[in-house]
Amino acid sequence: MSTIPAAIRPFLEFASLLRRHGFAISPDLTEDFITAIGLLGPRGIRDVYLSALAVFAIPADRRDEFDALFRGHFEGLTVAAQAESEDDDEMDTLEPTGREVEVESAEDEREAGMEATAAERLGYRVVPAGGDGQALAFLSRHAASDLPRRRSYRRSPSRKGRIVDPRATLRRAIRRDGEILQLRYARPRLRQRRIVLLIDVSGSMSASTPATLSLAHALVHAADRAEAFTLGTRLTRITASLRVSNRMQALVRASSLVSDIDGGTRIGDALNAFLAVPRFAGLARGALVVVLSDGLERGEPDTMVSSVARLARLAWRVDWLSPLATGPGFVPQTEALSLALPYLSAAGDGSSTRGIVSHILNIARAA
Amino acid sequence: MAVRSQIAGIASPAALAAALTDAQYIAGEELATAAYLALALGKPLLLEGAPGVGKTEAAKALGAILGRNVIRLQCFEGIDASSALYDWNFAAQMLAIRQAGEDHVNLYSDRFLLERPLLAALRNPATSLLLIDEIDRSDHEFEAFLLEFLSDFTISIPETGTERAVEPPVVVLTSNRTRDLHEALRRRCVYHWIDYPDPGLEADIVMMRASTVARATADAVVASVNIMRQEPLQKPPGIAETVEWAEAATLLHSGGSNWPQAFLRSIGVALKDHDDLTYLGDRLMQILPGEAA
Repeated sequence: MSTIPAAIRPFLEFASLLRRHGFAISPDLTEDFITAIGLLGPRGIRDVYLSALAVFAIPADRRDEFDALFRGHFEGLTVAAQAESEDDDEMDTLEPTGREVEVESAEDEREAGMEATAAERLGYRVVPAGGDGQALAFLSRHAASDLPRRRSYRRSPSRKGRIVDPRATLRRAIRRDGEILQLRYARPRLRQRRIVLLIDVSGSMSASTPATLSLAHALVHAADRAEAFTLGTRLTRITASLRVSNRMQALVRASSLVSDIDGGTRIGDALNAFLAVPRFAGLARGALVVVLSDGLERGEPDTMVSSVARLARLAWRVDWLSPLATGPGFVPQTEALSLALPYLSAAGDGSSTRGIVSHILNIARAA
Repeated sequence: MAVRSQIAGIASPAALAAALTDAQYIAGEELATAAYLALALGKPLLLEGAPGVGKTEAAKALGAILGRNVIRLQCFEGIDASSALYDWNFAAQMLAIRQAGEDHVNLYSDRFLLERPLLAALRNPATSLLLIDEIDRSDHEFEAFLLEFLSDFTISIPETGTERAVEPPVVVLTSNRTRDLHEALRRRCVYHWIDYPDPGLEADIVMMRASTVARATADAVVASVNIMRQEPLQKPPGIAETVEWAEAATLLHSGGSNWPQAFLRSIGVALKDHDDLTYLGDRLMQILPGEAA
């Protein structure tokens, strides 16, 4: 074993410190890091800092964490714990990375629900698998053929196509001495549209939460592109945790992320938080957005209506499935939802898994 | 990996920053360092940031100071080999078959090959800078393909064989971060997050880009734009918008409008979303730059 020169040891230790804190740093990057420091001089600690930042490709949202580790390692300072925000009016968006992105929501000027308090009620509950197993199996079987699709830019050969495929035609012609006897055609491929499920997990929906989360799990597995978020007083992205194929395990993992389960409902703020994170809003662009919620909004109805309007402009369709729906001709009774109705492509039955599944699978036919 | 400490006569981040300034691009210390390291280590440079902070401009300026042609590949969802790598000129091939008659003709020779950005950069690595713009808009399949391309710089064409770059070309990737890029792609690159510049720096940029604008106007516009960026707008004004707003307002002012009016009438250059304008509403008059110059 070769000995490590004392001069570069701190840099190697720093790389492994970052690795311990969950930054993805491969050995070749460590090598590049040391080369980079050599290239810059180094004239001072700032050069070391800038090299690490560039070579280790530190994402902008983990910069503070990185800065703290850097100071702790090279300047001998203790890493201060980040001060917790005391402000209850901040809407948290949660992604399962162990980090939180705080998005400020509009100030509460008027309270619509008089009993509602600004304080959040947080909870933890392991959601059991639920819902209609048969309906979920039906969804898995028919997802590939029945989910809405859109035209892709890519093409594939097709007899029924109307675009001439020059490459295939030429190959054909060569076989016949350069004589074009028959044109070959192609047509645009179809790709499944992304589906974004926004699931209300607040107290008023607690009875159907097992069914809706099980449905989300089935959909994430059955569809090529699907995303699932939970809404309550916060917004949580649960897609990654639902990727586990065992439904029980997936729901346990998802439950551990959702900290606002059975709490209050601030759909408008949660939707605004969804739209404020460009990566999340990008997921909704051109997508089918399905909101599973009763629309019992504790926050300001205006906030919810304007955020639904924005969402509708971004997405291909926004469908609102409410468990309060009694039949096909459902007219929403809650104030916020009836105001938001003009922006929705459809408001339908969300009371049973069967109803939700048949709604989602029939969109392609209706549209 | 060959490490070069000097690229086109540039031997330090400070020298690179100075050269970029000569090329009409003001780069901060972090950007200059990241770009210098990318060039020296021979790795691609990945620039991420909000729309309108000058990522593409940075790549173009880099191309200018290195004396390289910028070959730009604009990514989009569904981008495929025939628009990114190469395509065959089918019409010419057909004609060639016809003309050849009984003679032999090689249909897959170079004269029928249409170079697309990636192949063009691969064939002229010493004289070109490959700009892969808005990589976040492409889909995962293309990103996976790029990963392979960026590690060995080879393209295989089934009809002819494999093309290999004699040296790794200079590559700049940009992303608006509408989605997270794959960790493996980030690892292959030197990374820099371009943020909105400090007010002082941004005013310098306005002065450099728009020669008609007075310093006081530039400062006032930058201050006002910075207030707007604090608001939860759908599309906060980028640097290009700042420059254009300053220019537009100066133009209107020289045409006889007084200052607040000139700014108000040209607001469409800075804020391009009806919701944003209604959101700011009455407060807009307070945010607007007041008496400038």
